Amino acid sequence: MAINRRNFLKAATGSALTAIVAEEAQAFSPRETKELPPKAVGMLYDSTLCIGCKACVAACKQANDQPLEILESQQGWNEGAWDSAIDISAKTLNVIKAYTNGEMTQKDREVDGYAFMKRHCLHCVDPSCVSVCPVSAMQKDPITGVVTHNPDACIGCRYCVVGCPFSVPQFDYETPFPQIHKCQFCSHLQAQGKLPACCDVCPTGASLFGDVRELKEEAKRRLGAEEGEVYEFPRGKLGGDRDSHTAQIPKYQKDFYGDTELGGTQVMYLSGVPFDKLGLPTNVPDKSYASISEGIQHTLYKGMIAPLTLLSGLLFMAYRNRKHHDDDEQSPKEDL
Amino acid sequence: MSVHQPLGGKLLTTPFIILSFFALIGGVLMLERFIFGLGAVSNLNNGYAWGIWIAIDVVIGTAFGCGGFVMAILIYIFNKGEYHPLIRPAVMASLFGYTLGGTAVMFDLGRYWQIYNVFLPWYGQLNSVMFEVALCVTGYIIVLWIEFTPVFLERLGIVGLRKKLEKFLFIIVAIGVLLPTMHQSSLGTLMVSMGFKLYPLWNTTLLPVIFLITAIIMGYAIVTFEALLSSAGFQRPYDTTILNKISGITWILLLVYLVIRFTDLIMREQLGLVLVGDLNSIMFLLENLFFVIPVVILASRAKRNSPYFLFISAISMLLAASLLRINTYLIGFNPGGGWSYFPSIAEIMVTVGIFSFEIMLYLIFVKTLPVLHRVEA
Repeated sequence: MAINRRNFLKAATGSALTAIVAEEAQAFSPRETKELPPKAVGMLYDSTLCIGCKACVAACKQANDQPLEILESQQGWNEGAWDSAIDISAKTLNVIKAYTNGEMTQKDREVDGYAFMKRHCLHCVDPSCVSVCPVSAMQKDPITGVVTHNPDACIGCRYCVVGCPFSVPQFDYETPFPQIHKCQFCSHLQAQGKLPACCDVCPTGASLFGDVRELKEEAKRRLGAEEGEVYEFPRGKLGGDRDSHTAQIPKYQKDFYGDTELGGTQVMYLSGVPFDKLGLPTNVPDKSYASISEGIQHTLYKGMIAPLTLLSGLLFMAYRNRKHHDDDEQSPKEDL
Repeated sequence: MSVHQPLGGKLLTTPFIILSFFALIGGVLMLERFIFGLGAVSNLNNGYAWGIWIAIDVVIGTAFGCGGFVMAILIYIFNKGEYHPLIRPAVMASLFGYTLGGTAVMFDLGRYWQIYNVFLPWYGQLNSVMFEVALCVTGYIIVLWIEFTPVFLERLGIVGLRKKLEKFLFIIVAIGVLLPTMHQSSLGTLMVSMGFKLYPLWNTTLLPVIFLITAIIMGYAIVTFEALLSSAGFQRPYDTTILNKISGITWILLLVYLVIRFTDLIMREQLGLVLVGDLNSIMFLLENLFFVIPVVILASRAKRNSPYFLFISAISMLLAASLLRINTYLIGFNPGGGWSYFPSIAEIMVTVGIFSFEIMLYLIFVKTLPVLHRVEA
């Protein structure tokens, strides 16, 4: 009898395990990647228009009350006239970086050339940071799609820092009372009908604010134009009333970045050099990473049916076995 | 009369004093962390925002604490009464593993003073794996303390309350099996969202399955490890009959695990990465070597009766599952952007301090509380 039961349990456990694994491997398909919000606002950064003046970096600091960052090597003489941040950090939400190669003789050329890159939050359509945050500190506005951070909710677990495919959220390790810092697309200025500071001050229209769908059309117009053609590049806001910047269409990469990458981003890029040279991850799927991990969670925890079924099974077994122990004086029922 | 008894004996032994020295160093460093910030003691940065305090103290620490979970499955779910002598020490080790893992989270959390936000429904974020882990681990710590309460009550001689508690203990036991099943698998799911930052050898949607099975393996390994070590250390007879049976279960689990692990690599067409020869492939080979060693040893039924071989297999399994976790959280994780991470001495000392403290608690508890099974003279 005992042997039969043992064999039965063994077989049952074994087949159950196999079934679970097979089923889970099947069922762990990603959920749908989220759609672009109805009035999504974003930015088109055209690296070929950027002259590296860093007016956007200074304006960002001012608009967001962030301190200057002086490089360690400049501590002796740099008294603050030059904000020398080389990457985003807890003190810098937006930075201009440079790609350089060889002789660096020509702008926007991959070999022996150089190019500028603006780095800050891309305001993903389906952001990992929002998906992974345990306490809803990261929020994506359902209308505009801007990704904001609420320090009052944040517990500082830094899952957003490790989970962001663009390594955007920045944690402050140098203070006992730290918080996460990231570009929030100057939501406070947008609420007053103003432009994000970086787009507002950009002298060439390299950082262009606008409706994401319209910005995508603008990107396609530029990509569709002939190289060398004279083009009116809008400044500030797409469809705004500012003077445009007249220049020739450069040699672009054949697509713009942010249309489909990882489910799409609301900050998009045009460039003369390959996007990976600018530090953008290019070997990525069209679905968001959030959709993959949430797919697993949603499968396992849909309506809490699976955990509750398991729990009732466990309760039944534990209860029945408990009675069995009570009836049997020989068993060491005092245990536990 | 209880079948368990306190061991008695001197508390302030030399090993205990050495351990308390390490625990003290860890405590002082912790103080420094709370006064000056995480950067003052750790090498954590915005590329590697999770270091050994997460990978070792929490992820490995709680997996070390799976002894109570797996013994409860065996004894109370599959009704295997013969394993009873091992349940109390197992639950106790789980109690420490989880309580200290939970405490270690507090050291690592940047905004620890707001930790209660996880429990506020308007902040809780149901899609977050971290949210689920936080709730389940907290719940399980409470469950473990309740499961262990009869030991305190027995020591204090409170019979009535104990009888009442035991009537409802089956509910606690059932929840105590459900919660680790959920969060030990979720500790794997946590890393699925890393995308290209996690090397393909470890980045699979089967991470929850892989982490759950290895947590169970680790649970049986730690039970074996502790039973053998406490028998040797406190001059008690070995429970080889029971350990032999447990080793049979783990042997099957190891086989199941390896089949799943390699089938997954083949299906994802990433098996070639195993032999590339870089750090990732070497660490993968090392990790899986330690999974294979106990498979080979425990294939021999004679060796399942040998305390020596059981001990070697148990250590090998603990190393294997720990390496899997270190590889998934640290070695295979590459945020790009030129970031690098190696734990600072202070970080390592905090981890050493936490584990020392755990062993100190073990020694205090087995000597003063009825935890270990009474040995028939």
